[in-house]
Amino acid sequence: MKLQRRWLVFIALLSAFSVWMALPSTNGTSLDLNFDGEAETTIEQPLGLDLVGGLRVLLQAELPAEAFTEQELRETANSVSRRINSLGLTDATVQTRGRTRILVELPGVSDPEQAIGTIQQTALLEFVDFGGLGGQAISLTGQQILTDEQNRVFQQRLATAPDEEERTRIEQLIASRNVNPNTGQPFNTVMTGAGLEAAAAVFSQQEGGWLIEFELNDEGGDVFGPYTRGAIGQPMAIVLDGQVLSAPTIQAELPTGGVITGNFTEEEANTLALQLRSGSLQIPLRVESTQQVGATLGQESVALSIQAGIIGTTVILLFMIIYYRALGVAAALALLVFISLNLTLYKLVPVTLTLPAIAGFIISIGTAVDGSILIFERIKEELRNGTPFDEALNEGFDRAWTSIRDSNLSTIIVCTILFFFGQTPGASIVSAFATTLFFGLVINLFTAVIVTKTFLSVIVNTAEGFIQQRAWTLGV
Amino acid sequence: MFQLVQRRRWYFLGSGIFVLLGFAIMIFSTVATDANAPFRFSIDFEGGTIYELDFENTITETEIRDIFRTFGEDNIIVQQVGASDDTEWSVRSGFLEADQNGQLLDALDEAAGLNRDNSQFDSVSPTIGSEVTRAALLAIGTASLMVVIFINYSFRRIPNSLRYGVCALVAMGHDVMVMLVTMSVAGVLLGWELDALFFTSVLTVVGFSVQDSIVVFDRIRENVPKYLGEPYETIVNRSLLETVQRSLATSINTFFIIIAILLFGGPTVKQFIAILFVGLVSGTYSSIFIAVPLLVAWEKGEIPFIQGRSAAPTRTARA
Repeated sequence: MKLQRRWLVFIALLSAFSVWMALPSTNGTSLDLNFDGEAETTIEQPLGLDLVGGLRVLLQAELPAEAFTEQELRETANSVSRRINSLGLTDATVQTRGRTRILVELPGVSDPEQAIGTIQQTALLEFVDFGGLGGQAISLTGQQILTDEQNRVFQQRLATAPDEEERTRIEQLIASRNVNPNTGQPFNTVMTGAGLEAAAAVFSQQEGGWLIEFELNDEGGDVFGPYTRGAIGQPMAIVLDGQVLSAPTIQAELPTGGVITGNFTEEEANTLALQLRSGSLQIPLRVESTQQVGATLGQESVALSIQAGIIGTTVILLFMIIYYRALGVAAALALLVFISLNLTLYKLVPVTLTLPAIAGFIISIGTAVDGSILIFERIKEELRNGTPFDEALNEGFDRAWTSIRDSNLSTIIVCTILFFFGQTPGASIVSAFATTLFFGLVINLFTAVIVTKTFLSVIVNTAEGFIQQRAWTLGV
Repeated sequence: MFQLVQRRRWYFLGSGIFVLLGFAIMIFSTVATDANAPFRFSIDFEGGTIYELDFENTITETEIRDIFRTFGEDNIIVQQVGASDDTEWSVRSGFLEADQNGQLLDALDEAAGLNRDNSQFDSVSPTIGSEVTRAALLAIGTASLMVVIFINYSFRRIPNSLRYGVCALVAMGHDVMVMLVTMSVAGVLLGWELDALFFTSVLTVVGFSVQDSIVVFDRIRENVPKYLGEPYETIVNRSLLETVQRSLATSINTFFIIIAILLFGGPTVKQFIAILFVGLVSGTYSSIFIAVPLLVAWEKGEIPFIQGRSAAPTRTARA
């Protein structure tokens, strides 16, 4: 059996690199890939929510998919992301899922109510025309009113309500809101929060309380300037999510900005300013699914999985060495290379490790020696048939290859299908399992054949005479 | 030579009886248990919430039920987890809106001090549930089709390649059936629920089951030209005996690792791994005792309504 020096050098270097990568102590090391003196990536193993603990929320748009564009959904996701960041949760991830959903993951969060509340706040801010209401404007303060803008959203929800119960609920909601007493129609929205450029909470000595200063952007100014000029002396309502915060009288033309008063506490003023700054959500969202994992629960699971993996791997190593002797030693070494290559790939790709992902990896360890076994059984068969030693080794590798390729391919196909199944929100744990199992099978094609062959040739070349004279060293 | 393939009628009979028994259990589960279906479906498919609760103080099942009732959840499943100190509970309820859910957790916290770091919940709306169901069925269908196409392709150079695909598929169906029966029995006896991970284990077994069959088929492919003139049955039997050792050796390594996870791994993925184990054992059995013998039965025209290569039409009609 010829020793392929090039492969040996390559495998030795690759193993050294991957063992170094796989070690937990490598995490946090910076890598400079193009040697320009600046680090591009930091080595890290991302861990799933079920391992670190935290909250995962799947949000569903309350409007049908036709009512908004993909761009608008992305903008909504960005708004959600800004709000979460403002809560100080910097590890959070926010992704759009399909055409109507947004997935939010908040590692380490243990108070779902507050987090979800902040995310979900639609904060639909409206400046509403209260012209001609006179004294009635004051009595509407604090009340829920119905405006054009809200009516539009309600009608869309009505049109897409899944059942009669939901329709009745929405209709009751609409009916419970005050309409314009002068016209009997919904109030006229002058401008929404989208017209704002900036907002800040400030304490006003003059007013003796907290208020919000806002600046208008160009579009906002184009609408708000002319309107306020024409309505000086008339009341105008500032409405948040349907509730009238205050109904001041317009004193002057306001083309660039103004203040919102509403007897706010400091906290309320800050929250509202934040919501206005982070933008109103373009699309109202409802919670579709929530998952929360306690932090210690995840850590225990990791420890148990690692323990199971180590015990299982040890048994396999022992089995291979006892059953296949010299051949088994080569396979056992190849298995260690297999394990470190996988762990390296998880950090480089990166693959987020979850419990099912770890299960997929551990199972792939169980199948990683399959290829070697097919080869070894073939070698033993050839030896029993009287094939010369060297030829038997080569035959074993050549003949078993089609079986190994075909049988691995069938599981690779299934893994691909599983991965796509896992793209359905609600079955996302499946893709983690499929991903690690897939990587395992692909790497296995390399380690079970080439790496095992190289290691075996080293063993054979160093102790050929010894092995040839003693059939037991090959398990024959 | 040991006559393995020749005893095929016994294997078919055994598997047939098993499948019939399985149907009986599924009917029992549908008729006589509160699952009202062959399986207990998890929230992944039906929607709802699973709470794993760890309390600082003891709490009774009645107290937990009372708290859930105030949120309109009358029909919940409450199970005690772990040791009998009344602090760890698992509750399955309907889907609650986020704010309701938050209030519920607060109420539980007030009642007996909820240890939030050691508790978890998973809440899925019915809409998501039906999407998962659809996706799962689609995945199973696609996987079966792809596997047949794949085997058909890799055996395209030998005669009757479609047969190999179909025989592997039947063996695969056998494994899926065994897993479904196990799930049904575990549902009746242990309250196990069929979830998205169950489908994962089914599809994984489908992949591995085909792997096992391919190893034998590959050897048949190699032996047919080598032993020209020998009856097909003998060639197949020879191929099976030649490969049985490596089939068992590859399976046993997978079993080692799976048993290690079952014994030493965490509780979260145990049900998944257990079902996977049952499926893999069945896969090892079915590729040796179903897929390959079936190939011979087909060749000899023993399968009703399907004509073998050497069988006369009258014989097929009689069978």
